[in-house]
Amino acid sequence: MAITRAEVAHLARLSRLALGDDELDHLAGQLDQILGAVARVGEVAAADIPPTSHALPLTNVMRPDDNRPCLDPAEALAAAPATEGQRFRVPRILDEDA
Amino acid sequence: MADLTRLGAADLAALIAAGEASAVEVTQAHLDRVDAVDESVHAFLHVDHDGALAAAGDVDAQRSRGEPLGPLAGVPLALKDVLTQHGVPTTCGSRILDGWRPPYDATVVSRLRAAGVVILGKTNMDEFAMGSSTEHSAFGPTRNPWDLERAPGGSGGGSAAAVAAHFAPLAIGTDTGGSIRQPAALTGTVGVKPTYGGVSRYGLVACASSLDQAGPCARSVLDAALLHEVIAGHDPMDATSIDAPVPPVVAAARAGDVRDLRVGVVRELSGEGYHPGVEQRFHEAVELLKELGAQVHEVSCPHFPYGLAAYYLILPSEVSSNLARFDAMRYGLRVDDDGTTSAEEVMARTRAAGFGPEVKRRVILGTYALSSGYYDAYYGQAQKVRTLISRDFAAAFEQVDVLVSPTAPTTAFRLGERVDDPMAMYLNDVCTIPTNLAGNAAMSLPCGLSPDDGLPVGLQVMAPALADDRLYRVGAALEAAYIDAWGNPLTEEVPQL
Repeated sequence: MAITRAEVAHLARLSRLALGDDELDHLAGQLDQILGAVARVGEVAAADIPPTSHALPLTNVMRPDDNRPCLDPAEALAAAPATEGQRFRVPRILDEDA
Repeated sequence: MADLTRLGAADLAALIAAGEASAVEVTQAHLDRVDAVDESVHAFLHVDHDGALAAAGDVDAQRSRGEPLGPLAGVPLALKDVLTQHGVPTTCGSRILDGWRPPYDATVVSRLRAAGVVILGKTNMDEFAMGSSTEHSAFGPTRNPWDLERAPGGSGGGSAAAVAAHFAPLAIGTDTGGSIRQPAALTGTVGVKPTYGGVSRYGLVACASSLDQAGPCARSVLDAALLHEVIAGHDPMDATSIDAPVPPVVAAARAGDVRDLRVGVVRELSGEGYHPGVEQRFHEAVELLKELGAQVHEVSCPHFPYGLAAYYLILPSEVSSNLARFDAMRYGLRVDDDGTTSAEEVMARTRAAGFGPEVKRRVILGTYALSSGYYDAYYGQAQKVRTLISRDFAAAFEQVDVLVSPTAPTTAFRLGERVDDPMAMYLNDVCTIPTNLAGNAAMSLPCGLSPDDGLPVGLQVMAPALADDRLYRVGAALEAAYIDAWGNPLTEEVPQL
């Protein structure tokens, strides 16, 4: 068993996914199967092999720091679930007694 | 006039340029076909009738003023719903973006518009491009025009089906592990994943940023090349865009010559799990390449069999990070915001309600692979395999100019057959993934119908980074030989629907 149901519940919390019990049960079995299959990367990846995170060896790509047109406030807020004035309105982020 | 929807992009552009058909007529003919038939295929999530006719009208006005037209001006195109188009619904196949209208155009879209290409609408896909069948779309699957009970492949099944069903001669797909090529194979069409960095990712909603690449879908190699040339090229808005000239893909597609080209058959991409009919058509394609004058060798890429495992660690890791942006705060879905629920809880409930099962599976898998204590064994090791696969390609390309394999181990499978069996679904991508990991270019083109089931088989051609033109050279040579043998392009055999 590579992964337990309790671990999946913890990962779901870290991932900000409010999953139901059925989903957790279903996922735990599937993730265990997937992890069993992908663990074979360990068979060939020796210590002296450098990792590749990206196909292009690029670092610090720069462009001129020019003023360019950007979205106006109405455009930026147009798709927001809730707004207040020229701001995004978000749910409570502090506990009431904080 | 002949049925305009049966013509390819190059022919339509020539008719429009010569004034023998207007762009509006061409666009209307395609919209009429979509309206009449797409109910059974479900290639489109959104059809932009007004926007498409307006864009076509602009091309006709340009022509009547005597202004020069681009090589694809007035030609209709289907756009995968993962690219932003200003004011047009863009969902990525997800409930979490249902109803979102982006405030800007992707660079691919700006370039299409500048070229006078007419965007008909947005095509269906697996949610956030995760899947190989379109069954993970929140809005229902696309059906394969060859057999409506079968999947068109994925994630870009909508784009491939739109082209195969003659809804549009061109489409844009995106390919992270095969999402252009595998649907092309399963629908008998042409699909190209350009070199990573060859086409701008600005406005392409990210799945796995180090792998994602947009590219052309078409019914012919030349049409794909014409579209490739329109969308490719350096873009300062994408820091991973390559600042180099676009490979001469159109010239290569017009030349279509493989004499003395060195072709490598990848030994590891065959055998167990491959349908006999797929292998038979593949071997015939290799024989045909020899007849056309190519020098064919067998080549070994010993680490390719580990590509699938590496990919299904690297991709979920990047996904778990990229999809953190869907936080219910600035755009998209928000649920249970009743004034008492905390932001964190609203976020978690929104993401649970807005994402489908495959996205949840991969977000959690990626979170696991990146977590302290497991990082070295999973993500770290996968990155090393990525190095080994790049080295396999480099060694192979010292011996040969291009590599070939089947595009997918099987033909189109039945809807429902693999949808809740993730590993069976992932095996679809076994041939296409190595190219994404290394950042090279690859094409799928049809090489016949399988004798097992009468469904299309795809041949994959792989080239080194920035040698995309070689794909078109091989593709065009084979396509011409097939049309000689078959009398018609394969897509002429698609049922009328």
